[in-house]
Amino acid sequence: MASRKRAFVQAINEALFQAMEHDPLVIVLGEDVAGGAGQKEDAWGGVMGATKGLIGRFGADRVIDTPISETGLIGMAVGAAATGLRPVAELMFMDFIGVCFDQLLNQAAKLRYMFGGKAKVPLVVRTMIGAGVRAAAQHSQSLHALTTAIPGLKTVVPSNPYDAKGLLLAAIADDDPVIFCEPKSLYTVSGEVPEEPYIVPLGKAAIARQGGSVTIVACGRMVDTSLAAAKTLAGMGIEAEVVDLRTLSPLDEETVLQSLGKTGYLVVVDEAPPRCGMATDIAALAADKGFDLLRGPIRRVTAPHSPVPFSPILEDAYIPSPAQVVEAVHSALEG
Amino acid sequence: MEFSGDRLVETYRTMRTIRSFEQTLNELSQAGRVPGFLHLYAGEEAIAAGVCSSLADGDYVTSTHRGHGHSIAKGVDLNAMMAEIFGKSTGICRGKGGSMHIADVSKGMLGANGIVGAGIPLAIGAALSAKVRKSGGVTIAFFGDGATNQGAFHESLNIASILKLPVVFVIENNGYGEATPVEYHVNIPDLAVRATSYGIPGVIADGMDFFDVFEKASTAIERARRGDGPTLIECKTYRYFGHYVGDPLTYRSKEETEKVRSSRDPIDNFEKRVVSGGKVSASALRAVDDQVSKAIAEAVKFAEASPPPSVSELLTDVYVNYPS
Repeated sequence: MASRKRAFVQAINEALFQAMEHDPLVIVLGEDVAGGAGQKEDAWGGVMGATKGLIGRFGADRVIDTPISETGLIGMAVGAAATGLRPVAELMFMDFIGVCFDQLLNQAAKLRYMFGGKAKVPLVVRTMIGAGVRAAAQHSQSLHALTTAIPGLKTVVPSNPYDAKGLLLAAIADDDPVIFCEPKSLYTVSGEVPEEPYIVPLGKAAIARQGGSVTIVACGRMVDTSLAAAKTLAGMGIEAEVVDLRTLSPLDEETVLQSLGKTGYLVVVDEAPPRCGMATDIAALAADKGFDLLRGPIRRVTAPHSPVPFSPILEDAYIPSPAQVVEAVHSALEG
Repeated sequence: MEFSGDRLVETYRTMRTIRSFEQTLNELSQAGRVPGFLHLYAGEEAIAAGVCSSLADGDYVTSTHRGHGHSIAKGVDLNAMMAEIFGKSTGICRGKGGSMHIADVSKGMLGANGIVGAGIPLAIGAALSAKVRKSGGVTIAFFGDGATNQGAFHESLNIASILKLPVVFVIENNGYGEATPVEYHVNIPDLAVRATSYGIPGVIADGMDFFDVFEKASTAIERARRGDGPTLIECKTYRYFGHYVGDPLTYRSKEETEKVRSSRDPIDNFEKRVVSGGKVSASALRAVDDQVSKAIAEAVKFAEASPPPSVSELLTDVYVNYPS
């Protein structure tokens, strides 16, 4: 079959088009999702163009520009989801979650449980995460652990264009509220994206690279970082298996533990700071449920316990690098 | 609008049911027979009854921590409400929500809410949903004076205005945000003027008068249904009990409360008006009183006799679907 390459952001755009074509109850709302130019055409189509063209095809009733009012727009999406729509709300940067957190923490996540199962909230919040674009401390955070920690929410972090499309279609079809974290530095990265709609199921990790020497667990952009490290390690005779979690909640514990059973060594790589984060969570999983499988100490590679800095030299030092992953693998193997 | 005698009796029943429900809970709570926090609606009955009187099951309301009155006026089952407040398996939320999260989506009751102001964005969402689905439905956001100082209020009214959503915002200004007088927490005498900032009508209603609330709410609801956008209605009312059951009420005088109860009581004044108008007899209302007493006693009996939820239900309904 002919290769069909698309950028990550185009994969997102294609999933939105296909979901809206498929189901008239799917709506898209957010700040500048059309972005001016009247009611029939978009000017921006999202700050990064992820929603480009939607308003022209589906109209202003289903593609709704909102004021810069995160509480209002996310809360509106929650209320719409609880009453029959399947909204895809754009929270431009996940850093802005503080502005609307109540609507996610106390409303979206809890309505179903508090109402004794008599409601559902089929909501997707698309949001950008991650450093690397010189956007400084309030536009660069990787806050996926925040929503992973909240029962009632699901959290997805795709690492490549293929998964971005399939996971987004799965999230929109899902009946629970899903926080869909898009690593912004991957937006321009291209990869294989089939044209037809397809689902990548939530709660299923992927083996991004097979190997028998050590398990490296990562998500989002850190999957590429881990693969780069694995390439270097291969030159040293160490075959790393890279597990791409894809969704943090639900978490595919089985795939992580299976890989650990195969390799006996674990390194976890996360772009977020270390405390109470994804890397810590996976380390705890291995210690709890995989202790007998471990043949050496668990190593974590994370950003430091610090805000994301602006100056390029500082930001580059902040983001976990392939060299750090290589070093952590050596440290894990040497004990 | 002219009300039929039957409709007046049913309106009285709604208000009397709310009053009795709350008085009964006050006693049960003080006797230690009900777990958790209770925020009682007594005194404010004319608002829930006056607004919900123009609604159908397909219309939604969002409520507050003081949500029993809205639930009753929206037709939520009394037994299931009482059982919920007792934390029983037969509760309307299977004992998972309690007083502060009473909800019945099938009746359009989108939930009491433990977060002040948080129901307002949900209400504009339900209104957006009605607009997109072309259901013709209207949503009411009930909230207190305190909630008008939350960002959620401002954002939601602005969005509802620019998108012309079929929603009506109803402030229940009972004079206090918890213990703090409204005169302290805002610098304006009438909260309704806040509507001006959003380019929507702002209306004041006597929240102790069913007929005034009904008139203003029905006008706003018709306007919303026509697609002409939202209205803000400030209902000036009074809360008979404290912020919660157990509130020592050290911030207001007994005389103040007595004065309201003796002169502005929404149920007494309703009765005087409809009986003197000749459409309803006092004896018909006494018959309703008896029926309501029996219904509330029955609800308490049902709740107390119901089993608690099985501990195995602890983890049900966190998600629709969560692969393990």
